[in-house]
Amino acid sequence: MDGEEIVGLTNELMALRAANELEDGMYANLGIGLPTMVSNWIEGRDIVLQAEIGFLEQGPFAEPETVDQDLISAGAEPVTTLPGASFFSISESFAMIRGGYIDVAILGALQVSEKGDLASWNNPARKISDCGNIGGAMDLAVGAKKVIVIMEHTTRDGEPKILKECTYSLTAKEVVDLIITDLAVIEVTDDGMVLKETAPGFTPHQVQALTGAELRISEDLKEIEL
Amino acid sequence: MDKVYPSAKEAIADIFEGATIMFGGFWYTGFPAELTLALVNKGTRKLTVIAQSVGVGNDLDILAENGQIRKAIVNYAFFPSPDKITEFERQLRAHEIKCETYPMGTFIEKIRAGGAGIAGFYTPTGVGTIVAQGKEHRSFDGTEHILEEALKADFAFVHAYKGDRKGNLVYRKAARNYNPEMAMAGKITIAEVENLVEAGELDPDCIHTPGIYVQRVVKVERPTITFSFE
Repeated sequence: MDGEEIVGLTNELMALRAANELEDGMYANLGIGLPTMVSNWIEGRDIVLQAEIGFLEQGPFAEPETVDQDLISAGAEPVTTLPGASFFSISESFAMIRGGYIDVAILGALQVSEKGDLASWNNPARKISDCGNIGGAMDLAVGAKKVIVIMEHTTRDGEPKILKECTYSLTAKEVVDLIITDLAVIEVTDDGMVLKETAPGFTPHQVQALTGAELRISEDLKEIEL
Repeated sequence: MDKVYPSAKEAIADIFEGATIMFGGFWYTGFPAELTLALVNKGTRKLTVIAQSVGVGNDLDILAENGQIRKAIVNYAFFPSPDKITEFERQLRAHEIKCETYPMGTFIEKIRAGGAGIAGFYTPTGVGTIVAQGKEHRSFDGTEHILEEALKADFAFVHAYKGDRKGNLVYRKAARNYNPEMAMAGKITIAEVENLVEAGELDPDCIHTPGIYVQRVVKVERPTITFSFE
């Protein structure tokens, strides 16, 4: 193990792997941060992105000459719309989300538990426990038909983010279906976590060593396909 | 009927100490900046502010810096990076002000309910989290829900692209955001409009907020929002 350091997937490739989970005809919502990069990989595909600020058919980021200050994403970046777009209020936007109309939400996370509990809104480093940046994450986690988490496998200090139980304040309980990290693709099932894919150069043993919950190795374990 | 006021200053002149005020807008987009600046200049204190955020860089920060806020009800409280501590966050950490945070969908539904004469509603969002603490739980079709109560305000500040003298409003693109429901939930709703037109000039089929919800209208210049590109 010593010697040359092996690195996992870049953020761009994690986003590509997540984009491969989307099927044509789906309505999807991308959380702020890393998940927004998924949009780079679905151009031209028949996938409709919902922006929780209140529109359908979010297109690529705007260029300086095409900026419209009344058209921003959930991350407050200037974006564009695609043909077939519609605008609505935030209450209608969350009617769509809670109402079960969003096929997939791709969200970032601080921690995920083996039962699929998600902790994404309150970083204890901020030392404020009773309020914070909830945004749309709790509604999306509960309302979307499928929840995919895309995140680094460990913290900057190398601590596992996939745990038996989350230690951070929860976003929602038992909601995560699939976790895509720089090292692995892990499915959350009723029988625990299943390691489905590993990043090139990583063995299941190495992934397990960096994971705080027990992983069952899938019978058809493979290298992450991009 | 003519709801037009000559200036933002006059439209907000009766806002009183301890008032609860809703502010539309997502960051700067659809944010009632001129009404907010008039409130900063008026200096009214002990306000309860209901808005997406306070400490994230729109002019609500100035209200905090001016010491005018007693309590904030938001869904996204802080600057995303903990490296930047706003005055709002500093006051919160020093327990000088109070803050309640709700999930975004619950936040706007509380406001919609407040405007629609509904006392509360059950939602599955927040079950099993800090948001559910102390709230009534009830199961529907086998799924746990929590009771959330409506939110109303003494005043609501909204920003629209077009408005007429009777208070009918049309928003533009994502600048609609929180504005329509806040217009409903304010006892006195004050709309700043980029374009003021006569009654009859807006297509009745395309009005987003009917004038019944709006008590005052002020014409403002279209704001300029700048974005940075790397």
